[in-house]
Amino acid sequence: MLLLIGAILLMACAGVPALLIRRLPGGGEGIFTFLLLGGVGLGLAGVVGGLLGAGPDRIDLSWGVPGGGLLLCFDTLSALFMLPMLLVVGAGGLYGLGYRPHHRFPRNGRRFRFFFGLCGAALLLLLVSRNSLLFLTAWEMMALSGFFLVTTDDCLAESRRAGYLYIVATHTGSLALFGMFALLGRGDLLLRFPATGSLAAGGPAGIVFALGLFGFGLKAGLMPLHVWLPSAHAAAPSHASALLSGVMLKVGIYGLVRLISFYADVPAWWGWTLLGMGVVSGVAGVVQALAQHDIKRLLAYHSVENIGIIAIGLGLAVLGRAVGYSTMVVFGLGGALLHVVNHGMFKSLLFLSAGSVVHGVGSREIEKCGGLLKRQPWTAFYFLVGAVAICGLPPLNGFVSEWLIFMAAFAAGHSQGSGIALTVLAAPALALIGALALACFVKVFGIVFLGTPRSEAATQAHEAAASMRFGMGPLALACIWIGLVPVSIAPLLRRATLDWFPALADSTSPYPSLVDGMRPLIWLSISGVALILLTAVAAGWLGRRSREAPRDLPTWGCGFACPPPQAQYSASSFADGLVSRFALARRPDRAPDRAVFPLPERFSSHLPDFVFDRVLLPVWRVAACSFGWFRVILQNGVTASYLSYMALTLLVLLVLFGRK
Amino acid sequence: MHGLSNLLLIMVILLNFFTLGSSRLGSCIRAVAIQGALLALLPVAAHGWSWHTLLLAGGAFAMKGVLIPWVLLRTIREVRIRREIEPLIGYIPTMMLGALITSGAFIFADYLPLLPEHHGDLFIPTSLTTLFVGFLLLMTRRKAITQVLGYLVLENGIFIFGILLAEAMPMMVEAGVLLDLLVGVFVMGIVMNQINREFSTLNTERLSALKG
Repeated sequence: MLLLIGAILLMACAGVPALLIRRLPGGGEGIFTFLLLGGVGLGLAGVVGGLLGAGPDRIDLSWGVPGGGLLLCFDTLSALFMLPMLLVVGAGGLYGLGYRPHHRFPRNGRRFRFFFGLCGAALLLLLVSRNSLLFLTAWEMMALSGFFLVTTDDCLAESRRAGYLYIVATHTGSLALFGMFALLGRGDLLLRFPATGSLAAGGPAGIVFALGLFGFGLKAGLMPLHVWLPSAHAAAPSHASALLSGVMLKVGIYGLVRLISFYADVPAWWGWTLLGMGVVSGVAGVVQALAQHDIKRLLAYHSVENIGIIAIGLGLAVLGRAVGYSTMVVFGLGGALLHVVNHGMFKSLLFLSAGSVVHGVGSREIEKCGGLLKRQPWTAFYFLVGAVAICGLPPLNGFVSEWLIFMAAFAAGHSQGSGIALTVLAAPALALIGALALACFVKVFGIVFLGTPRSEAATQAHEAAASMRFGMGPLALACIWIGLVPVSIAPLLRRATLDWFPALADSTSPYPSLVDGMRPLIWLSISGVALILLTAVAAGWLGRRSREAPRDLPTWGCGFACPPPQAQYSASSFADGLVSRFALARRPDRAPDRAVFPLPERFSSHLPDFVFDRVLLPVWRVAACSFGWFRVILQNGVTASYLSYMALTLLVLLVLFGRK
Repeated sequence: MHGLSNLLLIMVILLNFFTLGSSRLGSCIRAVAIQGALLALLPVAAHGWSWHTLLLAGGAFAMKGVLIPWVLLRTIREVRIRREIEPLIGYIPTMMLGALITSGAFIFADYLPLLPEHHGDLFIPTSLTTLFVGFLLLMTRRKAITQVLGYLVLENGIFIFGILLAEAMPMMVEAGVLLDLLVGVFVMGIVMNQINREFSTLNTERLSALKG
C-alpha cells in the first residue's frame, strides 16, 4: 500500500522538474521517463505485494476536510485494473522518448509530459480511494489532465474542438457522479464507500444506478454516450491515446463494477440495460469503425466496440446475480474483467503501433499508406499482434476473454424458468461483432502494410525508433502470454469475482471455477501455435521457392505492367460491401457523375457519427438558436450588468431566506 | 466601548457616501483608506484588548489602511488618471441610491434572526450598507481603479460582519481573507497597467470581447 502511495507521488511529480527548471537538457524528458518508470516499478511492486498479502491493504487517516477520512484500500478488483494501467503508463512513457522527442516539440513537450504523469497518478489514486470525495477529486484530476493531453497540439483547430467536446462530456458525467454519490450518501458527499453487498436494492437504488450508468458510461464510451470519444482519441498524441483508450475508458467500467458491488441484491433490469447497451455499442461501434479512414478514429471506434463487449459480460454477470445463477456470474464477470485487462493491452499496442505509422508517414489517413510491411517490419509485427488479439482470434488474449463471455451467454441458455434464457442471443451478437472486427482489421492491415505505397511519404517511411519498439514490446508480450497461458490469470479473476460478489463463496450451490471453463482453451492455444508454426514453415518453404522470382514487382499487380498505386484496392472499396449493408446506420455523402463518356470524376465520402452528427448536433443547433436572445440580452459582455445580477441575486436570497 | 464602536460605524457610513459622491480618484482612495483604518480599530472597540483583537487590528490597519492605498495611489500616479469622468449613473443618483440602500439596510436588519445582544446594534445595518455600496461602486463606475475601490468597500462590509464573529473565527480565516484581498489588489494593479497600455484608457467597457 505504501509502495502504491509512493508510486502515485512519483508519477505525479515526474513532470515537475522540467516545469521548474527550464534549462534541463532535453526538456527534462530523461528525468521524466526515469521518474515515471520508477513510479510504475513501485506501483507494480505494490500491486504484487498487495496480491501476495504483504503489508496493510487499507490506510485510514483522518483528514482536514470535515466528515470524511482518507480511506485507501487495495483489493484484487482494483489490482486487475491497476496492472494494465501501470503497464500502459510505463510503455507510453518509454514510447514518448522516440515519438515526441523534446527537440522536435519544444513548445508543449513539458506540459504534455507533466499531464501524462499526473493522469497516471490520478488513475492510480482513483483505483485505491474508497471515499467519495477523494474518488471525485481523483476523477476530476484524471479528467482534466486528460483534457490537456487531448489538446496537446492546441495550434490545430481539430484538437481544440476535440478538447472542447471532451471537457463538456466529462463534466456532464462528473455532474451525474456528484448526484450519484450524494444520493448514495443520503445527501452527504463525504462518505466512505459502503461495504460490499451492504445496500438493499430498494429506495433510491434505481436512480443511483441510472446516474452511475450515465456518468460512468459517458467516461467509458458506451454507445449513445460515446460522442466525445472518436475525436478526442484521434486528436491526442498516440501514447496519450493509448492511455486514454486503454486505461481511462476502463475507469468508467471500474466505477460501474464497484457501484454494483455495493448492493446485496441487484434487480434484473440493471443487467438487461447493461446487456442492451453493450450489444448496441458493440455492433454499432464496429460498423462505424469499418467505415473510418483515419486510423486513429478507427481504433477509437473499436474502443466503443470493446467497451460494448465488456458491458455484455458485466450485464450477463449482473443478470446471473439477479436470478441467482452463479455460472453466469463467474464467467460473465471473469470475461468482462479479463477483457478489461486485454483491451488495455492490445488497444494500447494498436495505438502505439498506429502512432509509429503516423510518425513514419506523417498522416493518419490510411489511404496514404501502403506497403509499410517492408519499411516498418517491427511496427507491422506489433500491429498484427494487436489486430489478431482485438479480433478475438486464438491463440491471443482477446480470444480468451470473449470465450468466457460466450460461456456466460450459453450458460444462460441452460437456465430454465428464470426468464433470462433470452440472453443467449448475446452470443450471436458477439459473433457478429467479432466477424466485423476481423473484416475491419483485414482492411486496415491490408491497406496500411500490404500493397504498394500510395503516396510519396509512404515510400519514405522509416522504422520506429528503438525506444518506441521497446515501449511496445511488453504489451505484445502480455498479449501473447495471456493468450497462451490463460490459466495463470484465472486465480486473480476468481479473487476479483469474490471481491465483487462475496456471497458467492458461502453459497450452498457449487459454482464452476474459471479454470474448468478455460480447459478447452489450452488445446485451442496449442493447436493455434501449431497452426502458426505450420504457416511459418510453409512460408519459409514458399519463400525459398520464390527466391528466383523478380523482387521489384508491385504487390497486387493484377497483370498490369506498371499499375498506378491508386488502382489498388482502397479502404473505401474494401469496406463498402459490408458497410452498405448497414445503410441505416451510415449514409456517406457521395456524388458520382454519370455521362456517356467518363468525365473527370470526384469521389468523396464523409462518415457522420450517427449519434453525434445526426442527433446531438441538430438538437444543439436548435437550442443555440432558441437561446440566442439569452446571449444577446443577459450575456451582454458588460461587467457592470454581471455584477448587478450578483447583487440582485444576493438581495433576493437575503429577502427570501434572511427573514426570521 | 459601545459608544466608540457606534461612532466608528457612523463614520464608516459617512465615508461610504463620500466615496459615492466624489469624482476625484485620489480622495476616493484616501477615503477608503480612512475607512479601512477606522475598521481596524473596530475589533478592539467591540471586543476589548486581547492578543487576538490586537493582531486583527494590526493586520487590518497595515493592509487596508497603509499597504493597499499606497499601491493604488502609486498606480494612479503611473497611469496619470485623476478623475472618474461620466460614470454609468451620475453622482447625485448614486448618492440617492446609497441613501435608499442605507435606509433599506437599517429596516431590513430588524427582520434578521439575530442574537438578542446584536439587536439594535449598528453592526449589521452598517455591514449591509457597506456591502451594497461596494456593489454600487462596482456597477456604476467605468474606471478599473474605482472598481477596485468598490471591491475594497465590499470587503470592508464583510469585515464588519466578521467582527461580530471575531471571537469564534479562527485567526487563519482572517489572515486568509486579508491575504486574498492584498493579492487581488496587486493583480488588479498589474491588470490596470496592462489595460492602460493596451487601450490608453482605464475604462473597462471595452473589455467585452471575451464573452462566450
